[in-house]
Amino acid sequence: MFSRLFIKCTQCNTTHFYSFFKHAHFVCSRCGQHFRIDAVTWMKKLCDRNSFQSINDELCSLDPLQFPKYLRKIEESMKATNMNEAILTGTGTIEGIPIALGVMEPGFIMASMGSVVGEKITRLLELAAAEKLPVVMVISSGGARMQEGILSLMQMAKTSAAVRRLHQKRMPMFTVLCDPTTGGVTASFAMLGDIIIAETGALIGFAGPRVIQQTIGQKLPDGFQRAEFLLEHGMVDIVVPRKHLRELLVKLLKIHNKRPFPNRSRGEFR
Amino acid sequence: MKETIKDDLRAKSAMDIVRLARNPKRPTTRDYIDLILDDFVELHGDRRFADDLAIVGGVGFFERIPVTMFGHQKGKNIKDNIRRHFGMAHPEGYRKALRLMKQAERFGRPVISLIDTQGAYPGIGAEERGQAEAIALNLYEMSGLQVPIIAIVTGEGGSGGALGIGVADRVFMLSNAIYSVISPEGCASILWKDTGRAADAAAALRLTARDLKRLEVIDGIISEPDPGAHEFPHETAKNLKKAIAGALDDLLDRDPEKLIQQRYAKYREMGVYSSDRGIAHE
Repeated sequence: MFSRLFIKCTQCNTTHFYSFFKHAHFVCSRCGQHFRIDAVTWMKKLCDRNSFQSINDELCSLDPLQFPKYLRKIEESMKATNMNEAILTGTGTIEGIPIALGVMEPGFIMASMGSVVGEKITRLLELAAAEKLPVVMVISSGGARMQEGILSLMQMAKTSAAVRRLHQKRMPMFTVLCDPTTGGVTASFAMLGDIIIAETGALIGFAGPRVIQQTIGQKLPDGFQRAEFLLEHGMVDIVVPRKHLRELLVKLLKIHNKRPFPNRSRGEFR
Repeated sequence: MKETIKDDLRAKSAMDIVRLARNPKRPTTRDYIDLILDDFVELHGDRRFADDLAIVGGVGFFERIPVTMFGHQKGKNIKDNIRRHFGMAHPEGYRKALRLMKQAERFGRPVISLIDTQGAYPGIGAEERGQAEAIALNLYEMSGLQVPIIAIVTGEGGSGGALGIGVADRVFMLSNAIYSVISPEGCASILWKDTGRAADAAAALRLTARDLKRLEVIDGIISEPDPGAHEFPHETAKNLKKAIAGALDDLLDRDPEKLIQQRYAKYREMGVYSSDRGIAHE
């Protein structure tokens, strides 16, 4: 990436005009590589103009373990992304349908989940349960945040429990898994979506490919842990290219918005 | 806080405890089950794919109370370890545990879970069959299970592979157990590109029982007689039994709705953050 006028595809080396590239949803027109995009761009891509209102922006990470280099990393990420933490949460509308939206920011310590990310997701899910909003989560993450140790791990339990509360109110969560979705994030709320959508070509898994290769000591098959591989193994509902994502979400939101057969509330769901 | 640091200097280093937690002579889940339960019947399989020997479990009596008990099972020798993948479970292991938990819920039995794993198995088959989904579903279901759950980290608490059977009303650790989001070696290789600095990483990760108690992630520490459980399995099992009995005594007469609410609140509170914009800039 040598200027804002041109951009070079990291996969096939094709040079694109930045403005065309942006118009093409940051997808290489030659090889189809989906580039990582920031949380605000995602939000603008999905939500109706000016409909999004963020919540819990003020939450900031501390350094509970006094972990080497952590505070500096946070500060650098804050400057680079202009965000306080690795997830943007709030409410908005898509084609007029109100939703609760969470978008992870890969530029912030690989959108790893520490206390703040876990808390913001939990608060978003609790809000959605209280106000009966469907949830859309655009996910990309390196997993649990090492620098907050065991507290990060516990965010997996916290967010998963919050999804269950959302389900008790019979509200759906659509998760969109982008490149890369790995580790503790995949193994908690990401795989708990009622409908799991994966972006074309996204790396999705629990263990990282390098760790697996080290363990088994042989070469990994082509396309291993890519979105299409997960689809083939029954782990995601649908794989879509980025340009069709919004359209798909609108369809799904509309389908879930009407309930032709009322729930006779008899205890809890599931 | 200052006191804790001073104490830590006097006591074993974090890496000493990591080594103790990994000691191959430490009692395994099956040892503890045999020492603690009467009339244990081992149950097998996830009814989906296979029986994962990295997690063993079944039903039995805990002092005349019927319970479901399971945990990661490390092998006793190389051959046994290969069969059991060194206690690293595949998705079918987590699904077996979930099946046993749902069965316990149906018949009103408390659940006791013992954690001792380096982590969930990282392999091609594990990914193909949905390792992440299996763990996620366990976290989800355990947060709503209508019977008491007691979890004890007896050796290594390795990340998501440990938590996958570790969401509970009471969580304890043996005094020489560890519980961490990443192994010290993995952390050192990310942080310093040098697995040789695992000891520094072990200290930085705050993975000992005392660290976790201080961070309010666990409810209590179960003591092992010096030099550790590997020398005194019977005494350690006795202490373990006492802790379980105490927790059951407390949890058994609780209303299921309230139990789940309190479990939610317990995990809801975990995490340390600031509600003030920009405190990290200080």
